Amino acid sequence: MTGCVTCLTRACDGKEGKRLVSILEVSDLAVEFNTIEGVVHAVNGVSFSLDSRETLGIVGESGSGKSVSMMSLLRLIPEPPGRIRSGSAWFDSSKGRVDLLSLSKTKRAAVRGRDIGFVFQDPMSSLNPLMTVGEQIAESMRLHLELGDREARTRTVELLDRVGIPAAAERYGNYPHQFSGGMRQRVMIAIAIACGPKLLIADEPTTALDVTVQAQILDLVKSLRDELGLAVIWISHDLGVVAGLADRVIVMYGGLVAECASVDELYEQPRHPYTEGLLEALPRVDQDRGEELRSIEGTPPDLYTAPGACPFAPRCSYTFDRCRREVPPRYVVNNGHDTACFYDLAERRPRSE
Amino acid sequence: MTSEQPQPASGPDLSPSADPLLEDERGRVRRALSYGAKLLLRDKGGMIGLSLFMVVVFAAIFAPYIALHNPLQQDLTRSRQPPAWRDGGSWEYPLGTDSLGRDMFSRIVYGSRVSLTVGFLGVAIALSIGLVLGLVAGFAGGRVDNVIMGGANLFLAVPYLLIVVVVAAVVGRSLVNVVLIFGITDAPLFVRITRGEVLRIRNSGYVESAVAIGAGRARILFDHILPNLVGPLITVATFEMSAMIFYEAGLGFLGLSVPPTIPSWGNMLAAGRQYLASTPWVATYPGFAIIFTALGMNLFGDWLRDVLDPRLRRKGR
Amino acid sequence: MQRYLLSRAVQSVLLLLGVIVLVFFLVRLTGDPARLMAPREASAQDIAELRALMGYDRPLPVQFADFFSGAIRGDFGNSVHYRAPAMALVVTRLPATVELALSALLFAVLVGVPLGVIGGSNPGSIWDSLARGVGLIGQTVPNFWIALIFILVFSVNLGWLPSFGRGHWNSIVLPAVSLGLFPLGQIVRLMRSAVLEIRGEDYIRTAYSKGINDRRIYVAHVFRNAAIPLVSMLGVQFGYLLGGSIYIETIFAWPGLGRMIAESVAARDFPLVQAVAVFTSLVVVAMNLLTDVAYALIDPRIRYDK
Repeated sequence: MTGCVTCLTRACDGKEGKRLVSILEVSDLAVEFNTIEGVVHAVNGVSFSLDSRETLGIVGESGSGKSVSMMSLLRLIPEPPGRIRSGSAWFDSSKGRVDLLSLSKTKRAAVRGRDIGFVFQDPMSSLNPLMTVGEQIAESMRLHLELGDREARTRTVELLDRVGIPAAAERYGNYPHQFSGGMRQRVMIAIAIACGPKLLIADEPTTALDVTVQAQILDLVKSLRDELGLAVIWISHDLGVVAGLADRVIVMYGGLVAECASVDELYEQPRHPYTEGLLEALPRVDQDRGEELRSIEGTPPDLYTAPGACPFAPRCSYTFDRCRREVPPRYVVNNGHDTACFYDLAERRPRSE
Repeated sequence: MTSEQPQPASGPDLSPSADPLLEDERGRVRRALSYGAKLLLRDKGGMIGLSLFMVVVFAAIFAPYIALHNPLQQDLTRSRQPPAWRDGGSWEYPLGTDSLGRDMFSRIVYGSRVSLTVGFLGVAIALSIGLVLGLVAGFAGGRVDNVIMGGANLFLAVPYLLIVVVVAAVVGRSLVNVVLIFGITDAPLFVRITRGEVLRIRNSGYVESAVAIGAGRARILFDHILPNLVGPLITVATFEMSAMIFYEAGLGFLGLSVPPTIPSWGNMLAAGRQYLASTPWVATYPGFAIIFTALGMNLFGDWLRDVLDPRLRRKGR
Repeated sequence: MQRYLLSRAVQSVLLLLGVIVLVFFLVRLTGDPARLMAPREASAQDIAELRALMGYDRPLPVQFADFFSGAIRGDFGNSVHYRAPAMALVVTRLPATVELALSALLFAVLVGVPLGVIGGSNPGSIWDSLARGVGLIGQTVPNFWIALIFILVFSVNLGWLPSFGRGHWNSIVLPAVSLGLFPLGQIVRLMRSAVLEIRGEDYIRTAYSKGINDRRIYVAHVFRNAAIPLVSMLGVQFGYLLGGSIYIETIFAWPGLGRMIAESVAARDFPLVQAVAVFTSLVVVAMNLLTDVAYALIDPRIRYDK
């Protein structure tokens, strides 16, 4: 066995040269959903840590548990049917270090929006259609920063301007339907950073947008991150997007962390067959023209059964007996790099314990 | 204006299946059925509703065997007998007798025949007319669409009961007339639903791609539109059947439904109304039969809607 | 918004013209209204005289032109039964019906909205069960039957409330509650499902992610969005109330339009029937137009749509 979770998260601590002060320490997070067809085991024991000012990319396909795990940090999944089965998430809030998962309702609300900003996937449905965008931004500032109406309004216009909405003052009183998708996502970002949070969690914020708009939003988040000193968790199914943004990447599969490494190392030396497959499926500039892109065969895992084996085993070309019997622990590859695989990709043979 | 962006499904992304729009229609129906069977056993409401409704259907079919007396047989010596559990009642007439000495229980049992006939046939006619006109309007578009929808909206603008009452007064009391009145006046609702679904489905991605690969109109109709119409139409039909049973009783109450010689719940209510204070059971017990039937159909209809409407189901709660 | 409302207004006028045509032909469904109007013992000659008197012997296009030109001026001829202008009779009956319908609607809204909202906000709770129960009762209990039960219980047995007429302040209680029962059920069901659905919307999740507390989430985000379907339902329900008043006004001897419909239909007083039908439709269409205005005021997506 691998031993304690803390050692694991240590193993996956940030890049060299950065201060190793983690502002978020998640261990053994497990989330399930009770549906009429049965229990969906969406997240099955996820651990990771995040340093201040660090950008962490979380990559995985639909159903890998990446969004659910991040949303459950702020308890934003519907409960019921959702249920957080286990785990802790220690976070440096403005009111001291707290476990996000065991906070009272009131204290949780004080962290949401104040210390952690959230940007969601679909800007078309994530804004209240009956409230002006200005109101929706000002709302949380009046609450958390106790600003008066006029101050909140002034600051909102500044924010709208900062996220790149032209004629911000006039746009304050507009409704969401008067904005394009990209503009709405800018508004969402303004909402997320309004109260000066430490951490910004972005849940596939560019997936629903045009490619050109995607790049603009990406640039906006980068510049805001550097300017405001934000830590960012960027959830994506697109390794390409994450490569240009993140310091460190977590690859998730079947509700588990498959691999965790610094972004360069992950792309250079993937140590999990799934990561390897993902990278081979990615088009590269330096690729020979004739070479075909590969895809990963098989279908995503069945989440109705609790994992008792490596969830990737059915699709993996390196699978051997052990993969179907046990859930692989996260093996440390080197400082800041670990992989949940019984097969040693570097040595091209099963690991010996 | 907003730019047209793809709008992926929101919420926690849990579904391991592929894009639902690409799913095969037949697979969808099969899944709905197995899901429905599971739900029917789990959801008490649907099961209770179905049972209540089956009791009424059973009573209507086997009325001659269930009834204790001839529902038309008058016996003035036994008029206005109270129900069995009241003073002066007897189990020979478990629910008492009306002012002409006819057995209430037998009349209520036979009354189910009128109600169910009107409900079934009325909805069948309304559904047939509505389906055909709705498909024509949805497919033809343009002027044909305008004419059909103009007519439908006209009927929907006038209070429904008003039309029914006026027509019933003009055409006279008979079972056939009542069925026809409901069948025709309720058709506009089905026209609107059918047309709406046709337009919605025609504009959906999977039909556009089917057209792109060269599927003809007939193919679109039978493979895509009709299977999708089944759910909404059956659900609405259930509620409309219950509504028609209401309206038939109401017409009877106003003396405009089937001839007074036929035992129907509405006629019984109307006849009992004038003796409400002295013999309350005559006017009130047929009401329980109406409520019993309506409860069954509504519980079942609610359940049907949950199972058959995939849009509601996908909202998932 | 102006263009939207203008087009709705034009549609409403067209609809009313259509209703006039519809009403003209409905009465002539059997071909000979005079035969229906005449007493059963009337001779063929009596019927012919009546036919001539009512103008039913003229060619159909002439009758139609005459009826149509009269109807758009509000002239439907004289009531056969009251021997007075039909439209004038209708107008005198209007206040009683409006009073009854609005009271019923008020009852339904005041009870239904809070109950539906509380039920939808606490799914699975006892309030939710109550809301579902009331919704089901509204749909399954006929108003003409519950009216009889109310009379039996509150007038005959307890003697608390009057069972007929419009004389006393409390005369309206039983008719309004009986008539309001169906809309009550509809409103409870609608509000419950609207709140349930809105709770799951992405923008509510956004609001939670901002740290807004439950109370403000409901007041500022959920309720306003739930008000949209409510408004459009109120418009529909008003038409239902006018229809349902046919039973309720008959049972409680309430001197309104509904009772007039029942009476004029029973007496085959066709000029009066036509006047009531067109006028009632006018009220319904006007209410729907008002609903559209209210809708546009609540929903910016309509208000600002070019």
